[in-house]
Amino acid sequence: MSVTKKFLYVNRRAPYGTIYAWESLEVVLIGAAFEQDVALAFVDDGVYQLAKGQDTKGIGMKNFSPTYSALGDYDINKIYVEKESLEARGLTLEDLQHLVWEDEDEDWAEKDSIQVVTSAELADLMEQQDVVLSF
Amino acid sequence: MAIEIDGKTIETDEEGYLVTLSDWDENIALELAKSENLEMDDARWEVVNFLREYYDEYQIAPAVRVLTKAIGKKLGKDKGNSKYLYELFPYGPGKQACKIAGLPKPTGCI
Repeated sequence: MSVTKKFLYVNRRAPYGTIYAWESLEVVLIGAAFEQDVALAFVDDGVYQLAKGQDTKGIGMKNFSPTYSALGDYDINKIYVEKESLEARGLTLEDLQHLVWEDEDEDWAEKDSIQVVTSAELADLMEQQDVVLSF
Repeated sequence: MAIEIDGKTIETDEEGYLVTLSDWDENIALELAKSENLEMDDARWEVVNFLREYYDEYQIAPAVRVLTKAIGKKLGKDKGNSKYLYELFPYGPGKQACKIAGLPKPTGCI
């Protein structure tokens, strides 16, 4: 019998400059392929990972930001972004990619995946997980 | 490792996946299919082309479960099921079709 655990992947770093963001995304996709209950959180500079309009030509790294749009296909629809981190960087939800998932039970209706949560709400969410991984 | 096509040498990794994605063309796909003992027909091309489009859009080769669902949505339920896809690619649609499409091995595929 397989056991489903609640995983929360916490992303704290800017998307490029280190490999953490991309590695995290790969681990997330692997976890989801094994049908675990996966949620993502973006805090601190990690919020930049979801920023719209990324262009990596000048730094010679692969622009993996389009991959976040595939998360819905992997049934990952709990993406939490910390409100305080956005505000500290002068960002709003409008500056982030619009990520959606399709609800099979409602004739594939598109629904938003990203939820902006306060730091206190995020702490509660962490409390509910079986596994929290920080990148 | 490498494969030879029209006098050109194309580099592959130890499992036969292309090292440089942009090396890919249809002749190389035919050659890669041959190394998997598969004949490329319309049905197989459809899956291979679908994977290339998916990669173009999302920058990843999808896991089999995701591929199956996405094909079902785009090409219909009669094609979006494991039976159909495993008949076309008996050693795994993810593994074999991605290789022929010139993509990396799917993330989460071990």
